[in-house]
Amino acid sequence: MSNTKFGIYGGQYVPEVLMNEIINLENSYNKFKNDTKFNSELEFLLNNYAGRPSLLYFAKNMTQDLGGAKVYLKREDLNHTGSHKINNVLGQALLAKYMGKKKVIAETGAGQHGVATATAAALLGLECEIYMGKEDTQRQALNVYRMELLGAKVHSVTSGTMTLKDAVNEAMREWARNSEDTFYLLGSVMGPHPYPTIVRDFQSVISKEARKQILEIEGRLPNLVMACIGGGSNAIGMFYNFINDANVNLIGVEAAGKGVETGMHAATLTTGRLGVFHGMKSIFCQDENGQIAPVYSISAGLDYPGVGPEHAWLNSIGRAQYVAASDDEAVDAFEYLSKVEGIIPAIESSHAIAHARKIIPEMNKDDIVIICLSGRGDKDAAAMAKYRGRKIYE
Amino acid sequence: MPQPWQNIEEEKYMSRLTEVFKNKALTGFLTAGDPDIESNERYIMQMVNAGVDIVEIEIPFSDPIMEGEIIQASALRALKSGTTTDKVFDLVNSIRKKSDIPIVFLTYLNPVFNYGYEKFFQQCKKLMVDGVIIPDLPYEEKTEVELIANKYDTDIISLIVNAPKERVQKIAKSAKGFIYIVPSADSTEENTQDLICTIKEVTNVPCAVGFGISTLEQAKKYAVISDGIILGSAIVRIIAQYGKNADTKIYDYIKSIKEIIQS
Repeated sequence: MSNTKFGIYGGQYVPEVLMNEIINLENSYNKFKNDTKFNSELEFLLNNYAGRPSLLYFAKNMTQDLGGAKVYLKREDLNHTGSHKINNVLGQALLAKYMGKKKVIAETGAGQHGVATATAAALLGLECEIYMGKEDTQRQALNVYRMELLGAKVHSVTSGTMTLKDAVNEAMREWARNSEDTFYLLGSVMGPHPYPTIVRDFQSVISKEARKQILEIEGRLPNLVMACIGGGSNAIGMFYNFINDANVNLIGVEAAGKGVETGMHAATLTTGRLGVFHGMKSIFCQDENGQIAPVYSISAGLDYPGVGPEHAWLNSIGRAQYVAASDDEAVDAFEYLSKVEGIIPAIESSHAIAHARKIIPEMNKDDIVIICLSGRGDKDAAAMAKYRGRKIYE
Repeated sequence: MPQPWQNIEEEKYMSRLTEVFKNKALTGFLTAGDPDIESNERYIMQMVNAGVDIVEIEIPFSDPIMEGEIIQASALRALKSGTTTDKVFDLVNSIRKKSDIPIVFLTYLNPVFNYGYEKFFQQCKKLMVDGVIIPDLPYEEKTEVELIANKYDTDIISLIVNAPKERVQKIAKSAKGFIYIVPSADSTEENTQDLICTIKEVTNVPCAVGFGISTLEQAKKYAVISDGIILGSAIVRIIAQYGKNADTKIYDYIKSIKEIIQS
């Protein structure tokens, strides 16, 4: 049974009504992941539709400005739909198709995973329904329109706190009702086994490319690899092919919101405790009675009360280090990268940039750092302007 | 590969739950803390007086992913009113001064995990809580909990849905207390009857049907094909409507269902 877990983390803590479909998913995935036709079709889509491989860009200005290690950015922001989400979505949507499913459902917080899912569904001719907390549909009205434009039906979730975790609850309930023809396209390295493994495998293309690219450019491995982390999909994608390289340090940057001491944050690994939720044993933000705590971040993509089990494991064995950056620091980093490199980063990715700005000046000039720039920041422009007191129309 | 239950010591006690299913058993459900613990104590005694055979008490969880809207809303009301796991144990303690009715909890794994398995099941034994239903604890994961629950003579109740025969029988063979049958939205009475037959091939553990039973006709229909029925959302709906004044409504409703399933 241990193959469903990373150390003590992970597992399949879901209602019996979902177990049959989860077993079916695992069997199908094991069958198709080594299937030549499936893999060549996925590679074709990644290269010709999503725009892979993504660039490994030497951030010369940032490197000079910080005066420490050489900074490289892995440009997932240049992918079709504007973030790393498309890597996983194309993989799972294609798997759904190979499994003979007619419909995909997905949860979304800010709407990035929802938009990516709707995109893949449109491309592959699948029906698509997206579950999104009512709060989020109001905060991210533009993404609701995008999903609808792509042919998806968006359900506004009014249960619980009406945010991402409730959207996951509702998507799971819908999956339980209609598992026969429906594929649940999970957006992060979370949920019951085999999702954390499937999503990690599809996202690991990030580090597979980055490792090869840095060896070509620099002739050696980086000293440090960094990524922002909510559920943890871009971080695990960025870390995965470096895990066995013991000299490469791995740092994940969580959302400290208004500060970890205020309670208004989403810094799960920094402040959370071991628990069981959304199908997995992992670390969660929860109160003293084991009720899942409401979380907060300026970045809707990091606004989740748990973290993927593989990260909980990497944290527990000390292989990766997890820190947190606040809203203020992330907004500063958002503006910084825009001005210094002419690249507007997603507010999620800005958390990684924020921590990089703190530690890179202390590093040696011949050290190398790769930061995963998980998404582009156009979607955040209006919210950032508002944060600085400027009202603009979206 | 050794099966999880092979590690578990042979049953040394007779489950009180299994006993009550000798006649068609009626289980009545409510969420602890909705509308408040004091009202729950009265409502449970109303159910007992009206003839329920088992009382099922939900320890509320913030994210009850298997529940429908009615019970989700009830859990949120209960949490808002300040319900904690300790307060639910206090409720059972009060009931135990008046009745030895079999009691089972329904809750999700995190509140139990967070309380500590050892401490949780110790309390269960002390207060004669006969079983615990944990919807997000499937067969694959139940060993970590069941090893400790068994130590304290508490049954982990297995849920079974329409699944391939092999899976249904694997779960049935490991079941204790009673089996909670969850019919899917589109399953017919015949589907459920077939499912129960599949279970009965491998075990004598009684089968109770739950989820979505509210009318007298449904109660009668499912009682005929199973060993008992569970009333959940129907009672919670009464509590949602009448708040602290639901005593006679609950009594009358349970009484009517009890009569119909025994006729």
